[in-house]
Amino acid sequence: MIQLIIIACYLGLLLLLGMMASRFFSGSKADYQLASHSIGPFLLLMSVFGTTMTAFALVGSSGEAFKEGVGVYGMLASSSGIIHSLCFFLIGIKMWDLGRRNGYSTQIQFFRDRLDSDKLGLLLFPILVGLVIPYLLIGVLSSGTVIQVITSGAPGQPETGALPYFTGTNGGLPRQIGSLVVCGVVLCYVFFGGMRGTAWANAFQTIVFMVLGVVTFSVIASKLGGQEGLLDNLRVLGEKIPESKATRSEMSQSKFLTYLLVPLSVGMFPHLFQHWLTAKSAKSFRLSVVAHPIFIMIVWVPCVLIGVWAASGIVRLPPPIAANPNSVLIFLVKSQTTAVLGGFLTAGVLAAIMSSLDSQFLCLGTMFSTDIVSHYAGKDRYDDRTQVFITRAFIIGIVAITYGLSLFEPRSVFTLGIWCFSGFSALFPLVFAAIYWRGLTKAGAYACVLTAIGVWVYLFRESGYGANGSYTVDLPLGGVTYETMPVATMVLASTVALVVVSLVTPKPKAETLAKFFPTT
Amino acid sequence: MTNGYSSPAEAAMRMVVWGLVLLLLVLHQDIWFWNDGTLVFGFMPIALFFHACISIAASVTWFMATKFCWPTGVDDALAPTPPAGEKGGAA
Repeated sequence: MIQLIIIACYLGLLLLLGMMASRFFSGSKADYQLASHSIGPFLLLMSVFGTTMTAFALVGSSGEAFKEGVGVYGMLASSSGIIHSLCFFLIGIKMWDLGRRNGYSTQIQFFRDRLDSDKLGLLLFPILVGLVIPYLLIGVLSSGTVIQVITSGAPGQPETGALPYFTGTNGGLPRQIGSLVVCGVVLCYVFFGGMRGTAWANAFQTIVFMVLGVVTFSVIASKLGGQEGLLDNLRVLGEKIPESKATRSEMSQSKFLTYLLVPLSVGMFPHLFQHWLTAKSAKSFRLSVVAHPIFIMIVWVPCVLIGVWAASGIVRLPPPIAANPNSVLIFLVKSQTTAVLGGFLTAGVLAAIMSSLDSQFLCLGTMFSTDIVSHYAGKDRYDDRTQVFITRAFIIGIVAITYGLSLFEPRSVFTLGIWCFSGFSALFPLVFAAIYWRGLTKAGAYACVLTAIGVWVYLFRESGYGANGSYTVDLPLGGVTYETMPVATMVLASTVALVVVSLVTPKPKAETLAKFFPTT
Repeated sequence: MTNGYSSPAEAAMRMVVWGLVLLLLVLHQDIWFWNDGTLVFGFMPIALFFHACISIAASVTWFMATKFCWPTGVDDALAPTPPAGEKGGAA
């Protein structure tokens, strides 16, 4: 019960933060959607980092390390440290500059303008929304699972849980209710605080989950190791890591290599694009570009170590926990810490989850009001007040759909994340070419988008719609079969389509090129 | 990107930085530690330690990028403020 009270207090605190941010709200659309471009370096770092680190980073990484070993860090964390900052540097700063000059608030505005194509926006809108929804699902599913596990009692003893009435979950708050509450809280502070509330809440939650993450790590190490000092505990636990988890002996090298393409997704995340536009100046990006890899390390290394410790057999995991890697981290938090600390640590995990959900909710609302409603009804058709209302109404609709989808059989957070990120990565060639290649044509852009989504749908279907979590595209070459991540096929196909079609179709207008490539 | 480098030394540093980014990507595929279960400091598997070092090296490299490869022109003006009187009154 103590954990439930602490979680409730934390959620209440977030609501308060959203309300406080709403006091600074000017009422304009630019303020609601982009915080009037007022975000400085520290807030930008914390909000962008908080947005990119989701349940995937905490719950997913420890669960996947439990299954696959320490190679998970190289697959997604160290690669992200290189690639994410590369995207911030090459795409983010340029997008901020173009957005500042041309008054963009969404990616689709940029693509429509750059490619002189109204219909391209119509094609991109459902694709981007469709790809963000699985990303939202990761957060919604994980938050419910986390709350259920932390509040449940011992197996078969619901009376020892926080809510004995729920016998089916051993007295834990059912996942569906926990997810609904989290959705409601995020919805409230996004609703009232807009982008400013989101940025504040993200910064606050990023600090919470980073600090509590380090505390969790040392407490679990201390409890599992049973020694006096932290280093002694770490040594005891390190020696117990199974050989298969301490190495990558069971991991394919070609699969590991192609994982490098997954973090390219950040270049096309619509919610990150919106965060970039909130920056006060280009200089605000510097801290994000430099500190992002270190921040990833601070979050991921402890999670991966906890995951491989859990695989060592040092803790007896009940079969339902062992069968659901998403719940390994929170099970350890619950079983190895006190109720009070467990409550705080759970709040930290929820913080990581919610700091992504909020940006995604807001971004989808912004896209709908800007790229569909304002674009087709006319900029002056509705005043700012109405446009903010439309943004909010669409956000509610998206939350309802996502929550509805979360009620179905949950997939692995990690698998869901990889498919979602792969789809965005497949669109990366489009944004890169739009910024740096004068030769990109409208037809080339269409070919890229259609190929990306076509290949994504085909491969997703081949994987049993994510049911086969270890699905790879196998390439037989010289008598050896190389396993590759589906993202490699997607990126290769979309790049080839973009380049080939652009080379054989009419070039963009000179005035369009002059607008986007002014110095040449 | 519109980079205006005023001297050969700056152009050389730009090459160094992008060379380092490339090197990081190559080092990331550390096949030499693939089956090595050595524990660094007695607790951290060497594959994890090596990739944590890559994260630190990435930060240093990106710090150099912000020093030597920063795009010109983007610092000239701050983001626009909304036009005066732009208020919709939504609460």
